[in-house]
Amino acid sequence: MIVVPPQSTVLEVANLRVRFGQTAAVRGISLRIERGETHCLVGESGCGKSVTALAVMGLLARGAERQADVLRFHDHDLSRLNERGMARLRGDRMAMIFQEPMTSLNPAYTIGSQMTEVLARHRGSSRREARVRAAELLARVGITAPELRLGQYPHQLSGGLRQRVMIAMALLCDPDLLIADEPTTALDVTVQAQILRLLQRLQRELGLALLLITHDLGIVARMAHRVSVMYAGEVVESAPVEALFAAPTHPYTRGLLDCIPVPGASRRDLPLGNIPGVVPRIAPTFAGCAFRDRCGHAIAVCAEAVPWRRMADGHGYLCRLTEDWDKAA
Amino acid sequence: MKLRARHIATVLGAVIVGGTLVVAIIAPLLAPHDPFAQDLMRRLVPPEWLGGTALNPFGTDQLGRDYLSRLIYGARISMLIGILTVVTSGTIGVTLGVLGGYFGGRVDDAVMFAITARLSIPLILVALTVVALTGSSLTVVVLTLGLLLWDRFAVVARTTTMQVRNLDYIAAARAAGASRLHILLREVLPNIVSHLLVVATLEMALAILLEAALSFLGLGVPPPLPSWGLMIAEGKDYMFFSPWVIMVPGIALFVLVLGINLLGDGLRELLGAGRSQ
Repeated sequence: MIVVPPQSTVLEVANLRVRFGQTAAVRGISLRIERGETHCLVGESGCGKSVTALAVMGLLARGAERQADVLRFHDHDLSRLNERGMARLRGDRMAMIFQEPMTSLNPAYTIGSQMTEVLARHRGSSRREARVRAAELLARVGITAPELRLGQYPHQLSGGLRQRVMIAMALLCDPDLLIADEPTTALDVTVQAQILRLLQRLQRELGLALLLITHDLGIVARMAHRVSVMYAGEVVESAPVEALFAAPTHPYTRGLLDCIPVPGASRRDLPLGNIPGVVPRIAPTFAGCAFRDRCGHAIAVCAEAVPWRRMADGHGYLCRLTEDWDKAA
Repeated sequence: MKLRARHIATVLGAVIVGGTLVVAIIAPLLAPHDPFAQDLMRRLVPPEWLGGTALNPFGTDQLGRDYLSRLIYGARISMLIGILTVVTSGTIGVTLGVLGGYFGGRVDDAVMFAITARLSIPLILVALTVVALTGSSLTVVVLTLGLLLWDRFAVVARTTTMQVRNLDYIAAARAAGASRLHILLREVLPNIVSHLLVVATLEMALAILLEAALSFLGLGVPPPLPSWGLMIAEGKDYMFFSPWVIMVPGIALFVLVLGINLLGDGLRELLGAGRSQ
């Protein structure tokens, strides 16, 4: 991994907590994303990945309570910004793309008018300037005949094209941070690969900080510089991508990796791994390891506070077990 | 075949409503006589097809005024009332409905309270009170109907906004830095407008019928204005010997309201099909 000077931190989050009434959706997440870095948040449905992204963007639904020790984007303290201040950053300095390209574009307007509007809002561009810039970006995300596409409505475009348009829209104002919430989940496999390649290329060219949310470890392996594995609203393991795949340490991460068949490596005579049970709903008063009910190594101590253990190269995990637990046994 | 029949009905509705609108606009060019001019020598002349003359094709009323001319000018009143009422009540209802549906919580509680309160107000009674206090005029009718008929707009705007509110493109617009006002006006409204158009046609038909009813009861448009409802009211004493005095405006009302409803049904089909694609 490239070593980057510390002042290029784009997003820093420490101890972020989000509650919906009596459910704690995010319970003390810390992340740091540098310029030019792809940080993957990975975990199963309902583990709080998307809520984390929405909390950073300030887009949580009514009734959600957000708290954080640090929530910093460049030199902006996001926890102190009001709605107007957030609106100024969103779409300009920080942008987001969503899972469902079929519904992320407003069906009532052409692609062109949706794109130029963003530029008019943040840059005060004239219609003509904005159209030129919009066409330029459509070309950049690999859309042929951008001029034609600008005049079309979302329903005239395929899912893959729409996701490209969403990406182009997100990049209109040259943001520093792009949050992509499962950007390829709704697309078929070949289109998925194209979109991922595109994101990777754009990220390198523009030096974006990319927060990529996914449940697909294949995507993680190919895209991420750094990975945070989430479980029940917490980061249970965080590491540079090579370290995570080489030495997964948290029992949950191990379990996840065991669930993936590897052609040529998985043994045909053994059943594929699985993790029994489902992600629990966590009340705000919950203490101890949230994974203990599904963990084969759980003992009574797991119901008490669990330490965050640091290993070499910024690899860390949240468990009572020591680093060499599987070798000791 | 079925689709074709529906298509014909929609076109028929559009022709009736459009035709009435044109007649209303160019009434002075079409009307053969002054609708207010009385001719006491030619009272209750039957229409041409019942033995009258070409001078008064639809006959005359009890004061000798040309019935065709009054019918044509009456279209103005009906269309004016229909359109102004829909604009007024639509503005009120859609504003309330969209606010309640989008913001939810306390705002929505307030909107729901307003809707329930409005539904418990009997329209005719209010009209009676208002006319008793202010006297009857076209403005009073438009205001009374406009300020009371917004409930359906509010209900439909509220539920459709709630559906649209949670869609991804609203979140995407917020993620792109759009303000609340922008989201309400430019993201939500265009996507519920098809539903509102259908409500608008229903409300317009209702407003026209209510105006006729109010005028019939003497609470609406004051004489000598040629409102279709008023024409029926004025003619009811003569209907046994001169049935056309209520038949002619009655049929006009029926056809116009039917036309609006056909158009509304057609719009619903058309816009509904457009959405599911």
